[in-house]
Amino acid sequence: MARNSELAPHVGRHSRSAVFAKRGLFKGMKTSTTAATKEVHAAPEKKAGIKKNGKFYPAEDVAKPKVSRKTVGKTQLRTSITPGTVLILLAGRFRGKRVVFLKQLDSGLLLVSGPFRLNGVPMRRVGQAYVIATSTKVDLAGVQVPESVNDAYFTKAKSAGKESKEQEFFGEGQEKKLLSDDRKSEQKTIDAALLSNIKKVDNLAKYLRTPWSLSKGDRVHELKF
Amino acid sequence: MKQKVKIRLYVKGRVLGHKRGKRNSRPNTSLLQLEGVDSKEAAQFYLGKRVAYVYKAKREIKGSKVRVMWGRISRSHGNSGVVKSKFRTNLPAHSFGASCRIMLFPSNI
Repeated sequence: MARNSELAPHVGRHSRSAVFAKRGLFKGMKTSTTAATKEVHAAPEKKAGIKKNGKFYPAEDVAKPKVSRKTVGKTQLRTSITPGTVLILLAGRFRGKRVVFLKQLDSGLLLVSGPFRLNGVPMRRVGQAYVIATSTKVDLAGVQVPESVNDAYFTKAKSAGKESKEQEFFGEGQEKKLLSDDRKSEQKTIDAALLSNIKKVDNLAKYLRTPWSLSKGDRVHELKF
Repeated sequence: MKQKVKIRLYVKGRVLGHKRGKRNSRPNTSLLQLEGVDSKEAAQFYLGKRVAYVYKAKREIKGSKVRVMWGRISRSHGNSGVVKSKFRTNLPAHSFGASCRIMLFPSNI
């Protein structure tokens, strides 16, 4: 763009091919795609050739792909969110509910539990952008999140193949989705430990039970959570 | 989900109009006034927050006459808490004076 100054509106100084040559993008493009495939096919032959007589060498340099040293880091948690913090959910099915933060999963999402018995929120994943951290903390002593509760635990199992439209229409082959017993028991074990800790603090269970909402005249920017 | 108590998790706002000069309007930015926000400093809290302009149309889409236009608050405007916002599709002129919802996410509290 910058190389091709305009003579008149929409008329450039250089032709299309001239600009292409000047930009030099083809250098990277061609070698990276074609050379890689060539290499695979020709590699054993070349080696044999070199061993026999050393005067043969590849006519063109083969570009090596750059090794990236970058790694994807773990999402940083806000300092206000620590294990045991009571969070307010801001969006989704359970919006307005107060929940307890258990731990951060590998994907960076927050693992959260209602506990289920208090406010109906099961173990769930939430993004930290969709959450208000309060200054209330719940003691997590004795609460152990099993290894099996990870990101894969929450992903839906893919259905095997698409049903025909006819079947779909008549509702054939549709089973009612039921929670597995594993999930129920895991929920129970975690919540049992959580609940015993919650009961030790006055009004904490009541606090978790009541949803949070804005009311008339509230100024969110002045609220202390 | 059945909710006995209505839960409001957004701040009420009002669409003032498009960003404009004396003669030209710039419809790619809309001005909003937020309830309870009356200073430039207070408006800082809301920057980046998602805005929903919810309105009703005559024709149903997926069984609902309610439609939404989403946007984000980009910066403050002036000294009295008015805010500039960008919507995915520019707000239409008949939205002027209508109320909109300023969601509390993305949250940084």
